Amino acid sequence: MSNAQDFILAVEGLTVSFDGFKAVDDLSFYVDPQEIRVIIGPNGAGKTTVLDLICGKTRATEGSIKFRGRELTRMSEHAIVHAGVGRKFQNPSVFEDLTVFENLEISYPRGRSVFGALLFRRDKAVLDAVHETAATVFLSDHLDQPAGLLSHGQKQWLEIGMLLIQDPELLMLDEPVAGMSVAERRQTAELLRTITRQRSVIVIEHDMQFVEDIAHRVTVMHQGRMLAEGSLEHVKNDPRVVEVYLGHRESREEAAHA
Amino acid sequence: MTALRNLFSGREVLYFLLLAVLLVVVLPLALDAFRLNLTGKYLTFAFVALGLVLCWGYGGVLSLGQGVFFGLGGYCMAMFLKLEASDMASTARQTTPGIPDFMDWNQVTELPWFWEPFHSLTFTLLAVLVVPAVFAFVIGFAMFKRRVGGVYFAIITQAIATILTILIIGQQGYTGGANGMTDLRTLLGWDIRTDDAKQILYFLCVFLLLLCLVLAHLILRSKFGRILVAMRDREDRVRFSGYDVSGFKIFVFCLAGVFSAIGGAMFTLQVGFMSPSFVGIVPSIEMVIFCAVGGRLSLLGAVYGALIVNLAKTSFSESFPELWLYAMGALFIAVVLAFPNGLAGLYSRYLEPLLDRGWANVRSRAVAVPPAQEKTS
Amino acid sequence: MFADYSAAELTSIFAMQGFAGLSLFSVFVLMALGLAIIFGQMGVINMAHGEFMILGAYVTWLTSGFFSSHLPGLFAAYFPVAILLAFLASALLGGAVEWLLIRHLYKRPLDTLLATWGLSLILQQAYRSIFGAREVGVRMPDWMMGSYAITDMIEVPINGLFVMGISLLTALGVYLLMYRSTWGRKVRAVVQNRPMAGAVGINTQQVDRVTFALGCGIAGIAGSAFTMIGSTGPTAGQLYIVDTFLVVVFGGAQSLLGTIASAFTISQAQSTMEFFLSGSMAKVYTLLVVVGILMVRPQGLFASRIRH
Repeated sequence: MSNAQDFILAVEGLTVSFDGFKAVDDLSFYVDPQEIRVIIGPNGAGKTTVLDLICGKTRATEGSIKFRGRELTRMSEHAIVHAGVGRKFQNPSVFEDLTVFENLEISYPRGRSVFGALLFRRDKAVLDAVHETAATVFLSDHLDQPAGLLSHGQKQWLEIGMLLIQDPELLMLDEPVAGMSVAERRQTAELLRTITRQRSVIVIEHDMQFVEDIAHRVTVMHQGRMLAEGSLEHVKNDPRVVEVYLGHRESREEAAHA
Repeated sequence: MTALRNLFSGREVLYFLLLAVLLVVVLPLALDAFRLNLTGKYLTFAFVALGLVLCWGYGGVLSLGQGVFFGLGGYCMAMFLKLEASDMASTARQTTPGIPDFMDWNQVTELPWFWEPFHSLTFTLLAVLVVPAVFAFVIGFAMFKRRVGGVYFAIITQAIATILTILIIGQQGYTGGANGMTDLRTLLGWDIRTDDAKQILYFLCVFLLLLCLVLAHLILRSKFGRILVAMRDREDRVRFSGYDVSGFKIFVFCLAGVFSAIGGAMFTLQVGFMSPSFVGIVPSIEMVIFCAVGGRLSLLGAVYGALIVNLAKTSFSESFPELWLYAMGALFIAVVLAFPNGLAGLYSRYLEPLLDRGWANVRSRAVAVPPAQEKTS
Repeated sequence: MFADYSAAELTSIFAMQGFAGLSLFSVFVLMALGLAIIFGQMGVINMAHGEFMILGAYVTWLTSGFFSSHLPGLFAAYFPVAILLAFLASALLGGAVEWLLIRHLYKRPLDTLLATWGLSLILQQAYRSIFGAREVGVRMPDWMMGSYAITDMIEVPINGLFVMGISLLTALGVYLLMYRSTWGRKVRAVVQNRPMAGAVGINTQQVDRVTFALGCGIAGIAGSAFTMIGSTGPTAGQLYIVDTFLVVVFGGAQSLLGTIASAFTISQAQSTMEFFLSGSMAKVYTLLVVVGILMVRPQGLFASRIRH
């Protein structure tokens, strides 16, 4: 492996165990600048846990996660965000009691300290950023609506917008098109293509069509370990991957237990 | 001007002015000196309720130990007044003249070191604000940095209230024990026991309360307030939007503590004593009910809640002492089960639409222009 | 503070206070078991738990009164009957409270805390109206009086030993129920994943009600034990609720053994210190240490790491 500085994200020997159960086991992978990486794998493979580990929600038992050369494993969640890592959750996670405008405003990267928030002023820069982002995520007409009243798909977009306004260098998306209608799905794929242009992205997704559309490289996880890595074409033809996805009954049951 | 209009909507100003008129004009005219002083005492609890609106209603952090801060503020003030009342002339007959009487009764022969600075009023006033803030900071830092919240936090604060009460009662020689610090007379030579003084102190109390209300309102109106709401909703998302959630909780807990302490200090001044019976778990949880009855999301509601519950308590426990605990218990249950947003919630749900309709009728008849749709909060 | 005592004296002081602390330990264990079951199941603190204990104490008092006036010949055996009745009374009341109050408040733990506090006020006043404000004491049967001398200096009160026996038996019973019975498996299933448990056909409402009633019933047993070591008054229960919750949290809320260990530690610390300091300062130090430890280690002493 070459110098970790060349990668935007270098994950090495990452392990986390809960009461002896290793949800992620000695995982290493590297993400290049501007790369779109998709993580796939059967349920329980540890995909979401990997994102949890990178963004600091879960603490690693062992191993390191370096983002532009900075060690993330001991940083607090908000510091990781400040460093430039944004995370979208599997279920849409927006502030339902606040309006769409306020949701985006809170995500705007200024006034994040206690006193900064007290003295925060809604100036032109904020207004511009909010309106621009709202337009990008198709929510310009809903700015004054409480986020709780949005449809499921719109909430997903709002959350993507909340990430976008932070302008992170590394964007992590956990099943961004899950639970969307076909039309919304198409619109989202379009949206993701625009917003992923300037940054590195890690996506967890089951929708193979979607993966084929956007992925530069694919990492396949199984039972907390990396099974295969490479282009989608490459991993599709990997016999171990085929086995995990389609293979024998035993291995499928094993996957269900993990 | 537009900035100001953003911070206060017309209706909020109206409600605030109504309360101010009630407290500054109506009550002083309507009540005799004794009742007015009693109202002033109730209002000191409104400070605590106000803090709880911020901390519990908006921050989602329920402290069952606000009596601790009320007591810290009250005791700081009482220590100053007690020292002033214990000058050489009035304590000449004690074994050790010049120290508070309860120390003398408990064979304490020298003023303890932590009493010394309370000879200074400036220090005392600072202490009223700083001591509870530091105390709240230490508790908040330890708990919120480790993500302790909810029921755990509530009970830990209750344990702290218990500890402080036992400590105050146990260390009679330094604190006056279960009786508290009594027989407080003058503030810089000004007799606080006269009717005139009590009236002035009432107005001071109202002034400070209105000040705290405005401050709390400004905080809730800032992005800070929206972050509190967001945190209550989805704490994780706030964290992953780049905020250090614990800092916001610590701040709001400290602020609630300082508000309570101001209330405590005003209590001591107006009532003339301070005792552990305002510190422990029972008074602390009662203070929560003031806030809950008024409406945990309404700053003005907190003031009305404190006034109404205390008024009910005084009149009820005078005439039917056995029934009061039943009523209080029922109030706890009712406020949780039946009207979780308290009086403020009932008002905005039932009364305000009626008033709006009446108002709209009057206006349309007067100018024949449809009333502007106003957003209610 | 130890300088005034010889080594032999110190040993027997520690031993005596240790045995004296065992009574406190027994009440703590029984109270904490009930509270922990309810807390573990529903994530709520039952602030009226102390009043459920006091109900058990009053039932024990009534039973002893009934036996001494109507069945004096059987007086020696009244205590087991009293325990059973205390359990039933508190459990019945607990079931009713769950139905009337608690079930409307799931997912609002802080509100449950306030509501159960209101309930505790009502119960206190009810006890005062029914039984009077004065504290009542229970007459113990002769065989429980006196003490058992181990050495010249160390004596163990028999009632203390008896009460401890009850609490350990109850703890064993709870263990068997929770970890060795079908019903316990259901409870644990509901704790871990409520919607899933419902989906596989567990009646979660019923599980909740029975768990709550069981927790309260154990508090009733605690009340019976309590009559052996203190006198019963309307507000006696309130004094224990904060301590008991600290016991539960200190032990790590999900761990039965942890609860017992922490009840032991806290009661022993308090009891031993009480000999050297005034009772109130002993309590201050104990609580301070517990709160201090919880601030550093909020998950308690015996908690395990859980996947979110």
